[in-house]
Amino acid sequence: MLKVEGLKVAYGGIEAVKGIDFEVPDHTIATLIGANGAGKSTVLKSIVGLTKLSEGRILFDGKSLAGLSPDQIVSKGITLVPEGRRIFSNLTVVENIKIGAYMRRDDLSEDLAWVYDLFPRLKERSWQLAGTLSGGEQQMLAVARALLSKPKLLMMDEPSLGLAPLIVKGIFDIIKEIHKQGVTILLIEQNANLALKTANIGYVLETGNIVMEGPGEMLLKNQSIREAYLGKVK
Amino acid sequence: MKKRVKTKTQLPLKNRWLLNIGAIVFLIAFIFIANQFLDSYIRRILNLCAIYTILGLSMNLINGFTGLFSLGQAGFMAIGAYAVAIFTVPLEARATIFYLEPMHPAISHIRLPFVVALLLGGLLAALAAFLIGAPVLRLRGDYLAIATLGFSEIIRIVFTNIQNITNGALGIKNIPTISNLWWTWGIALIVISSMVLLIRSSYGRAFKAIREDEIAAEAMGIGLFKHKVIAFMISAFMAGIGGGLFAALLGTVDPKQFYFTLTYNFLLIIVLGGMGSISGTIMSAFIVTIGLEWLRFLDEPLSIAGISIPLFRPGLRMVVFSLLLMGVVLFYRKGLMGQTELSWERIIGFFKKFGKKEGSQVGGDLSE
Repeated sequence: MLKVEGLKVAYGGIEAVKGIDFEVPDHTIATLIGANGAGKSTVLKSIVGLTKLSEGRILFDGKSLAGLSPDQIVSKGITLVPEGRRIFSNLTVVENIKIGAYMRRDDLSEDLAWVYDLFPRLKERSWQLAGTLSGGEQQMLAVARALLSKPKLLMMDEPSLGLAPLIVKGIFDIIKEIHKQGVTILLIEQNANLALKTANIGYVLETGNIVMEGPGEMLLKNQSIREAYLGKVK
Repeated sequence: MKKRVKTKTQLPLKNRWLLNIGAIVFLIAFIFIANQFLDSYIRRILNLCAIYTILGLSMNLINGFTGLFSLGQAGFMAIGAYAVAIFTVPLEARATIFYLEPMHPAISHIRLPFVVALLLGGLLAALAAFLIGAPVLRLRGDYLAIATLGFSEIIRIVFTNIQNITNGALGIKNIPTISNLWWTWGIALIVISSMVLLIRSSYGRAFKAIREDEIAAEAMGIGLFKHKVIAFMISAFMAGIGGGLFAALLGTVDPKQFYFTLTYNFLLIIVLGGMGSISGTIMSAFIVTIGLEWLRFLDEPLSIAGISIPLFRPGLRMVVFSLLLMGVVLFYRKGLMGQTELSWERIIGFFKKFGKKEGSQVGGDLSE
């Protein structure tokens, strides 16, 4: 579905991503894991057009996304759940969700029912201001908002950020559920353990380079990854 | 009706319609009576209230709803005011008005009906917004404010210097004073209802999303620049219409009226009413306009029992008004309404609460 070839991104003079290749096949959950500053978020931002890439190309369903603006990319079916949730806190939950459907002109009621079904909590709170939700609920809202754009590829930037372990587990269950319903997912995580357990395919990013790739389960068993990211003693 | 109505519970649809229709009938009756019986001074203040409502809403759309700090309102208003002035002044009066330099032959024989001139003013203001929007809307925050402020000054100086079109610093007199309560309040009502519809539409949601978080809005597929330009143009259109009504109310325009301090009146209205509240803007347009008039007695010399009090001299009005404003801003940090809107439920709730314990207030802090 998504193919990234030789992607390089630089901020000012500093290269944050130094030429990486990876692929997200149809109907999979793919994950990019890596430490702080490895360039994970930058990769997602450049896919959705928020950051300009300096070299390389990004193919979505075989077509290049070069030169497209973020709104054009969203309307092609790629949606980003931004890092730190970035919900619109002074708007109600319902308004937030509807903004996700901004690019659509068709009837929303079916999809609204779908996300309310996924997140019953949001239905209860639909008239509340989004800023008054708890962190976990805000993350749910960010996901619900993204789902309303009917993405083929949903990209999530650190959905576990700042959430309690139990809530994180809930979020990951929902990610699996969304995946089951036919959405391809690209996940970025610091929580390598959970991400690799969830993902079909994983990539390890280190200071702008992909150093390892393979099925999630396999990476999980890999000795050096366990040492670097999972806190396993030698 | 039910015994206890909380602010959050909704009234039945039928009751709301009845209340809405009642309010409109009341307003029409009020305008009718005001037009017949009230003196011209009060009528003029009411007209100004309507015009300030329009301009306040225009400024709130860009500053309060879209979150762009723009201070160009006086410039857009000037465009609308001059369009009405130039195109509605009677042909026979033009030679006496433009006595220093005759009017440019291309426009000296054109006279348009008031409505057409008004719309033309709005459209020209929107066109100006479109032209300056391209470079200016790439800026943010204070920089945008300074750029738009500069724009409004440029407009004023251009209008001072194109003598054969605007009559320069002499201004244009003898504009037919068509603005009466029906015009001003009719147009204000149209502007208010279109604002409500706009804010509730997907465009309105996009504007608010941009205000809240530009990056998230962009990630949701909202084209930032396009929507900023749209909001800017609609805002300028409304300011142009307001300016046109203003010109037809005063009967005279000159560049000094559109000094940038005029913009601060509107800024004051939206800050007081609540950035991002339509009903707040309307309320505060009334408070500011009427308040400034009512306090006029402070500017006149006052003597009690033969002793004149030295404090009462021209200028005291603004001192007192500013103090009052500071008080309001201290107690209602987000303005009277914050980002919320007035609803029938809220009004009824207010009166119920007010009836129960006197002195308790419903206001800006209820930002639910």
